[in-house]
Amino acid sequence: MGRLQDRQGAAQLKTDLDYSIVQNKSWDDLERIELLIQNMTAVKTEVIRSSRNEWLEQVQKIATAKGITSLLASPDTRWGKQMYAVTNMPKLLAYELPIEQWKAELFETVDASLTSTLGGIAETGSLVLWPDNNEPRLMSLVPPVHIAILEANTIEDTFWSFMNRHSWAMKGMPTNALLISGPSKTADIEQTLAYGVHGPKELVVIVV
Amino acid sequence: MQKIDSSFNERSHGALNNPQIRSNFRRAMDGLIEKRKAQFPDEDELARMRELAAGIRQNALAKLPQLLGQLEKQCQANGVMVHWAQTTDEACEIILNIAHDHDARNVIKGKSMVSEEMDLNHFMEANGIECLESDLGEYLVHIAGETPSHIIMPAIHKNRRQIAELFVEKHGTEYTEDVNALTEHARRLLRNKFMQADIGISGVNFAVAETGTLCLVENEGNGRMSTTVPPVHIAVMGIEKVVEQLQHVPPLLSLLTRSATGQHITTYFNMITSPRKEGEKDGPQHIHLVLLDNERTSMYQDEQLRDTLRCIRCGACINHCPVYTKVGGHAYGAVYPGPIGKLVTSQMLGLEQAGDLPTACTLCGACGDVCPVKIPIPDLIKRLRAEAVQGNTVKQAGSRKKFIEALVWKAWAMIYSTPALYRSMTWLATRMRVLIPAKIGTWTRNRCMPKVARRPLHEQIEDILSGAGRKK
Repeated sequence: MGRLQDRQGAAQLKTDLDYSIVQNKSWDDLERIELLIQNMTAVKTEVIRSSRNEWLEQVQKIATAKGITSLLASPDTRWGKQMYAVTNMPKLLAYELPIEQWKAELFETVDASLTSTLGGIAETGSLVLWPDNNEPRLMSLVPPVHIAILEANTIEDTFWSFMNRHSWAMKGMPTNALLISGPSKTADIEQTLAYGVHGPKELVVIVV
Repeated sequence: MQKIDSSFNERSHGALNNPQIRSNFRRAMDGLIEKRKAQFPDEDELARMRELAAGIRQNALAKLPQLLGQLEKQCQANGVMVHWAQTTDEACEIILNIAHDHDARNVIKGKSMVSEEMDLNHFMEANGIECLESDLGEYLVHIAGETPSHIIMPAIHKNRRQIAELFVEKHGTEYTEDVNALTEHARRLLRNKFMQADIGISGVNFAVAETGTLCLVENEGNGRMSTTVPPVHIAVMGIEKVVEQLQHVPPLLSLLTRSATGQHITTYFNMITSPRKEGEKDGPQHIHLVLLDNERTSMYQDEQLRDTLRCIRCGACINHCPVYTKVGGHAYGAVYPGPIGKLVTSQMLGLEQAGDLPTACTLCGACGDVCPVKIPIPDLIKRLRAEAVQGNTVKQAGSRKKFIEALVWKAWAMIYSTPALYRSMTWLATRMRVLIPAKIGTWTRNRCMPKVARRPLHEQIEDILSGAGRKK
């Protein structure tokens, strides 16, 4: 560290950085949703638009179509409470124990998970997640299918506007914050795109 | 730190004579160039983004000592243990000690070029700890007993047939060239490894001083697995990777992914700030951050060479380099290939060992044109060439100075700056031209020997002028 300070040449700070190129990107409400959907579907994400009354039916349809028999979901989130109150769902599992106590079960037996999201980013087609006690980090990673609920009014134009709108720097960051923009993928073999390498093979987003 | 034991010349010769390598790289680089181009349809936007990103990185470097102090304090406040390593050996020891503290037998690794600098896998394995790569490309290279040939796509030198054969040989699976089947096989195998691992190791793409947040960019999910499933996470980073504010991350991230693989964003952007908190059900209980110097402080001393540290490791310079495309990544014999590798490697290892790397360049300038943080790579390459023979800044500067070469240049300078001497030399050269050999070693192996004229230009012009005078 001492040697770093001894460098030659005074530290010239550039004070006139032009942020307008990231600040001025914006779309109207309709375009914003369209752009998000377009970007997400381009990387094999299924996006379903639904009303707040019908989203549960959408989950049931997805479960039937994909043969999901066990679904990991929190009983304590807004969405979870509604799911646990209805009957015709796949077997619902809650992430109740620390990972050490059910690692093999989570990795080997859970078909799908459902999580809420903090919001979305139109420019890049991303979901923003802040995992917490109710919806831990591995929920959106280990099960082969991840279903995410995205509220249309939480979609921001860019990552930059998202973190500023939510005052991330000022309020402090959580243990883990995530941007998720599609199912897990790789192009490491001859640059050929293959989905579902380590994380979810499928990502389904229900926009309400 | 790995040593280079042969010259670039010898290694590149092998690569050039291997049509398989040449076609694998040509196809891959053409694809990457096209994908990047499609991400930047608006030249004005690109120009302004690069200007901004360059400024952000330059400012971070200008304040580097202060930002590193802030990062350390912030990480510690978040519950992350911070370690400083001046050399790669020190960094390896730190990691081994952490492994011993936790009685670790199995380590799973996300992608980290800094850990390649450290040759960490071999070190850990020599100490009885399995250290397995989990990025698919790194994994393939690892089980083949090779090293990455590209910083973003480590297995780019292999085609699917070679990979199919590798799986048959290493895992006894049925031969298949189906990429989905190969990927699925790796998935099953590595999921078990994630579950069993005692420690996960990752790199860092950006470390935010303001909040102590470590950012990881990836597509596969192995980075998230490595940093979430095992009870201990060790992140290793070069000291240059720090940025001041959280809001500096989005423009850098945007340029990084678009320049690297032509994606507007990767599947995952993983921001880690602290170990598992009370009530949380997963994530590591312990996070260690290892900050590695490995000659970066030396690069930092010189105002011009400091620009080497601006790099965000997107690999665009590599993808656009005509030399890299021909010889491939392994010919460089070092962790970082291509144009940025020439700068980094020759400064890390010293110019005696790696001074031939800056000469493996046509100075076409493509690298500088595509660099998202506007590193003047060709200028730095020229500087390193000069350092190799007459500098005093870089490690082993001046070590490539050759007495004969220096003498020849001295004589050349004298001849060209003394008109009388110049005239007598050209007179002599033209009259003695039959004595000049037709072949002079390497130069004429692929080139024709230039023919010296019968008489010097000066004399010929004088003739023409006086002849013209007579005609008047």
